[in-house]
Amino acid sequence: MNSSMILFIVIGLVAGTLGAVLGIGGGMIITPILTVMMGLDIKYAIGASIISVIATSSGATIAYLKDDMLNLRVAMFLEIATTVGAIMGALLVGAFSSTFLYVLFGFFLLYSTYNMIRKLMSKKGEAVYTGHDSTVDKLRLADSYYDKAEKKQVDYSMKNVPGGFIMMWAAGLASGLLGIGSGAFKVIAMDTIMKMPLKPSSATSNLMMGVTAAASATVYFFNGSIRPDIAGPLSIGVLVGATIGARLMQVLKPKLIRMIFVPVIFYMGMQMVLKGFGVLH
Amino acid sequence: MKMKKDEMRDVELIIGKILRVGVIVSAAVIVIGILLYFFNGGAGYPNGEWPRRFGVMFQGIAQGKSYAVIMLGIFLLILTPVLRVVVSIYAFAKEHDRLYVYITTAVLIILIFAMIFGYNG
Repeated sequence: MNSSMILFIVIGLVAGTLGAVLGIGGGMIITPILTVMMGLDIKYAIGASIISVIATSSGATIAYLKDDMLNLRVAMFLEIATTVGAIMGALLVGAFSSTFLYVLFGFFLLYSTYNMIRKLMSKKGEAVYTGHDSTVDKLRLADSYYDKAEKKQVDYSMKNVPGGFIMMWAAGLASGLLGIGSGAFKVIAMDTIMKMPLKPSSATSNLMMGVTAAASATVYFFNGSIRPDIAGPLSIGVLVGATIGARLMQVLKPKLIRMIFVPVIFYMGMQMVLKGFGVLH
Repeated sequence: MKMKKDEMRDVELIIGKILRVGVIVSAAVIVIGILLYFFNGGAGYPNGEWPRRFGVMFQGIAQGKSYAVIMLGIFLLILTPVLRVVVSIYAFAKEHDRLYVYITTAVLIILIFAMIFGYNG
């Protein structure tokens, strides 16, 4: 038991670092390790994973707020969509076939992988959108951040806010219905649909995830899915990892972050499609 | 533009400070629980059991049971995002940004609704 607590701290450290860099929460790393490698009941794995999402979010947010990487207005505005989606998802559990949903969301992730690869290949590189949009102006969403890798202040705007809002709602719905963290969907909504740069997208996704996860975490806390011997040491590891990840992300080139992001969402998409077709459980 | 940027900076700094306190407190409680586990030599509960209701949890803490302390720390950690939303409302109000006071309040109400729904469901 003692040695496994130390192992959980180490797993948390890795998951927290990667989760903070990519804005995905780290649940997709933790759940397979706990279930496949350690043979733990999926119920406890999900409970531990949701606590890790919160730990990544809170740990990383502290660093991102200090360094002005976050877009607080975007986060607050889009959180309405994710939380409403999450509640609807929880209410609708059982109304849809989970097979269909896994396949649908899985293919969406694979399609996003393709889009991201295209963006990586494009000669223009990471072009920053600075145009005007009436919704963006009205909600005062345009912002700027300091890119430590490129050593310059980047002013950015965004577009297609309704499209991003709908995608965020779908992300919330997916997390409510399927019990998955939907950080990857959140990053895609901001980066691909709303044309927000990748770094503030990832940082803002981190911030939002904690709020969405807090709602479901209370359920798991009271129904006994959260084991202190697993979630306790894991969250300590994640908190430290997220702090490291949040600092690391800022000095990484956006292109490199995208190169790490692509295989991760490809893996997630494949996993969901295979789950949908009953190949994986 | 400059004005807006400075306002936002203040809002973010306030939230950052309070969130840091929340995270440090919850992490410290979890660490104390883990240390208790090692020094007391155990969970304080029979195998496969741990407190999941407040009454049992606080009783366990009073008796210095390690699992009860860890669970309190985990619960405090779950509350940190909620704390962040609450502080955001205050911070936006201080900056007289009414639109975002409404938006953030809506998020808090939805979140509380979700927690109550989850607790009863």
